Amino acid sequence: MMDAVTVPPFERFYETWSGEILAFLRRRLGAADAEDAFQETFLRALRGYDGLEHGRELRAWAYTIAARVAADVHRRRRPAAEAVEGTADDSRPAYAEIEHLADGLPPTERAAVVLRYGYDLSYEDIGAALGSNADAARQATSSGIRRMRRKELQ
Amino acid sequence: MTTVPDSLDRRFRAAAASSGLLDVAYDLFDSPFGMLLLAASPRGLCRISYDPEPERETEGLAKRFGLRVLRAPLDDPRRQLDEYFEGRRHSFNLELDLVGVGPFPRRVLDELALVPYGEVTTYGRLAAQVERPRAARAVGTVMNRNPLPIVLPCHRVVGSTGKLVGYGGGLERKERLLRLEGALL
Repeated sequence: MMDAVTVPPFERFYETWSGEILAFLRRRLGAADAEDAFQETFLRALRGYDGLEHGRELRAWAYTIAARVAADVHRRRRPAAEAVEGTADDSRPAYAEIEHLADGLPPTERAAVVLRYGYDLSYEDIGAALGSNADAARQATSSGIRRMRRKELQ
Repeated sequence: MTTVPDSLDRRFRAAAASSGLLDVAYDLFDSPFGMLLLAASPRGLCRISYDPEPERETEGLAKRFGLRVLRAPLDDPRRQLDEYFEGRRHSFNLELDLVGVGPFPRRVLDELALVPYGEVTTYGRLAAQVERPRAARAVGTVMNRNPLPIVLPCHRVVGSTGKLVGYGGGLERKERLLRLEGALL
């Protein structure tokens, strides 16, 4: 019989991934900004927790939220002048675009593609998010991209 | 492996508790009567358990109340229990959440809540008070499954001969609680 992957109580999700997510945010943002981002990440996770349909890929889910919070911090850091000069399209963050395009991919490939091209994560970090390694992350990303291209050609 | 600094961990748990996003907050409390787990939903205190196994407890709470279960400080119930253990408090002023408790147990627990500090009643008398005079045994089962021991004082219920009979937290605790209240000499 296949193991049904039920969503665990939030406490367990938090206890399991909080250390790793904090380390990731420190790498992305530096120690000073990581703490606020950490709190924001897990509050967003709490907000979305009810909507989870299964307990697979919870780690990648946590990384995706953290990456989005980090991207928001980066955007806020950018001087206002630069934002004005940008074209209108720049106002839509890369992750929103790519998350939309990657809908319908298998969960692992979707997470890999979004984290690579939406949030610009290294393959090492994506490997961590997927619970595998950099090579597996590279592979998942490129097969996700191939699948998206095939879909586009249809 | 990175561990989250205590201060940050505490900050997040407090923020989560005050965000209104939790289905249940629970706290572990090293009391004079042993380790206690207290849990509260947004409607009120919903669980007290002796010698908790946190893993099993969180699973149980998640099933009954929802997945968003998190350890977070429950200052008010904790303070009131502290005062009770020190003999300074004789009744609790807490909202209780008895969602999921069936109609018969609910009537029994409501009646139980009226048994005053320092007094005892019997299973048979409680059964009579809910108009089921022959249901003393069923009342015993309700006591055994009491989700909120101490606050709903099932330790004040004894056998018709005055024997302590049983207690979910162990007979030794029942005896100590009754001594604390001055009900046993």
